[in-house]
Amino acid sequence: MAQQTDPVRSSAGEPGTAIQQDLQPAKTSSRPVRKRIPWGRIIFYLAIGFFVLNLIGMVGSVILDSFGHQWFTSVFPASYSTEWYTYLSGDQDIGQLIFNTLFVAIATTLLSLLLGFPASYVLARRQFRFKGALTALYMVPMLLPTLAYGIPLATLLAQIDLGTLLGSSLANVIVINVVPILPFVILILTPFIEQVDVTLESASRMLGANRFQTFWRIVLPLVIPGILTAGVLAIVRTIAMFELTFLVADASSSTLVVALFGEAFGAGIRPNQAIDALAVIYTATTMILMIIALTFVKPTQFVVRLRGR
Amino acid sequence: MAALPSTSARRPRIAWSALLLSLPALLVVLVLFIYPFIFGFNLSLQDVDGSGPTLVNYSSFFSDPAQIDTIRITFTVALPVTIFTLAICTPLAYFMRQGVKFERLITILLILPMTLGTVMVAQAMERYFGPVGWFNQLLLWLHLLSSPINMLHNWLGVEIGLFILGFPFVFLLLVGYMSSINPDMEKASRMLGANIWQTFWRVVFPLSLPGIMVAFCLNFVANFGVFATDQLVGDPAGATHVLSVAAYDAFSNNNWPQATAISLIMGVLELLVVVLILWLRGWIVRGSVIGGVKGA
Repeated sequence: MAQQTDPVRSSAGEPGTAIQQDLQPAKTSSRPVRKRIPWGRIIFYLAIGFFVLNLIGMVGSVILDSFGHQWFTSVFPASYSTEWYTYLSGDQDIGQLIFNTLFVAIATTLLSLLLGFPASYVLARRQFRFKGALTALYMVPMLLPTLAYGIPLATLLAQIDLGTLLGSSLANVIVINVVPILPFVILILTPFIEQVDVTLESASRMLGANRFQTFWRIVLPLVIPGILTAGVLAIVRTIAMFELTFLVADASSSTLVVALFGEAFGAGIRPNQAIDALAVIYTATTMILMIIALTFVKPTQFVVRLRGR
Repeated sequence: MAALPSTSARRPRIAWSALLLSLPALLVVLVLFIYPFIFGFNLSLQDVDGSGPTLVNYSSFFSDPAQIDTIRITFTVALPVTIFTLAICTPLAYFMRQGVKFERLITILLILPMTLGTVMVAQAMERYFGPVGWFNQLLLWLHLLSSPINMLHNWLGVEIGLFILGFPFVFLLLVGYMSSINPDMEKASRMLGANIWQTFWRVVFPLSLPGIMVAFCLNFVANFGVFATDQLVGDPAGATHVLSVAAYDAFSNNNWPQATAISLIMGVLELLVVVLILWLRGWIVRGSVIGGVKGA
């Protein structure tokens, strides 16, 4: 177990690592003085360019196909229309799907923040026995394949029938999504809390504020950037998370990504262009949220930072 | 957050308040993560009709060559793409760490697949890499091919899909890790006469190895549990019938004991690989005495 905990703890980061730190260290790279062909640079841009161009081609062909009247073997569709969106809206309740998607993402994120904040506070501030074990316990869900824990949990949820108990099967979807999102939130929040100077809290306490006032007036305002970062990243992550929702969602709690999978998996039942129309609606939703997210966080924060030993 | 103010206790309060504050998250992990495994293990010891305890779910898995083959298939799907992704990402990350133009733009474009998710990437592959998709059209037009290659609904399709999803993640992970290596190490190496290749192999690579191994683990976890990509652009009934597809098939047939048994087999196998790699990593980190990582 101790072996397992090591990288997780090290990726939890230390003050400053997850926050504002530039990717490159000093600009003092060891370029040779002699002028020669920059093979490294050429290969780097070719490789990244090749990857990105294919990516754009992938998304682009889906978008074009959804607006194409028909598209067989030509480079571009012969004529364009919005007929497939009309077709799709007669087939799927798009409004319901978008509502479910956003509701699940926001509820999962709020729940994870609420549960994860005190846990992160403890990890950032306290030293106690079994701290390593506790951190490891939080992080195990990130080290297991989704279905390995998703299937036992979905089976359990099906048996206790939480959806009926709470009045909506969306409850199942939210509960199952909290399992991977909670560790994710703890991982992001902890270094932000570590950054807040402890002496500020001591000063506040010494000047007569109680614990609640100290938290509300001192700690919380200083940790707002961390909460925003964790929040937007968790929302973006939940929307793309497919397997867990797929296991427990029923017709009334289906989300965009689950509906898209259903359509894509049963390809041939519906015209490809209609499936692509749904894919475009899904992509637009994620892109809008990603743009919102990028106004709060740096793009590098979409990936958990690994620390040196 | 309501739990915060209620934690003022007496003198030896360190552990108690820590426990109280951790309790909500801890309970969630115990109830939603640990308990399902106990419940699932118990369930996997039952027969479909609820009789038991019996090992029938495990014995039927390990006595059926087709089921045992899913283990082999899972490894042949997960390992090559993980190794390939790491092999491509390590030199590129090393280069990016030295500083490149358009760094922010590149990063934003690279997080696109992560934001899109597995299902959308697979759906887009269906169009782009299909027999009449742009990729094949381009290769035909360039006369690199005489007839379209079949890149979908086979092993190759899954590998491409997993690479597209894994590449940005591993790349950015490694760029972050390598930027914590002291650049003075490289400068010293260059100054002492090593060329850029020797510097990479002898200095940067050994220093990055612990990070590379963690990136390998995280990428391997995702690739080992491949499901949506396999279902949409793989051959889930044949050549890429991986463990998670087998587990899901049992689950959707309402054979829950069998489904949880396969899930547990999958979890244990994957953890064995991860533990092995992390053990190797610990061995490497302990073995090296170079203090090249800032703030280590």
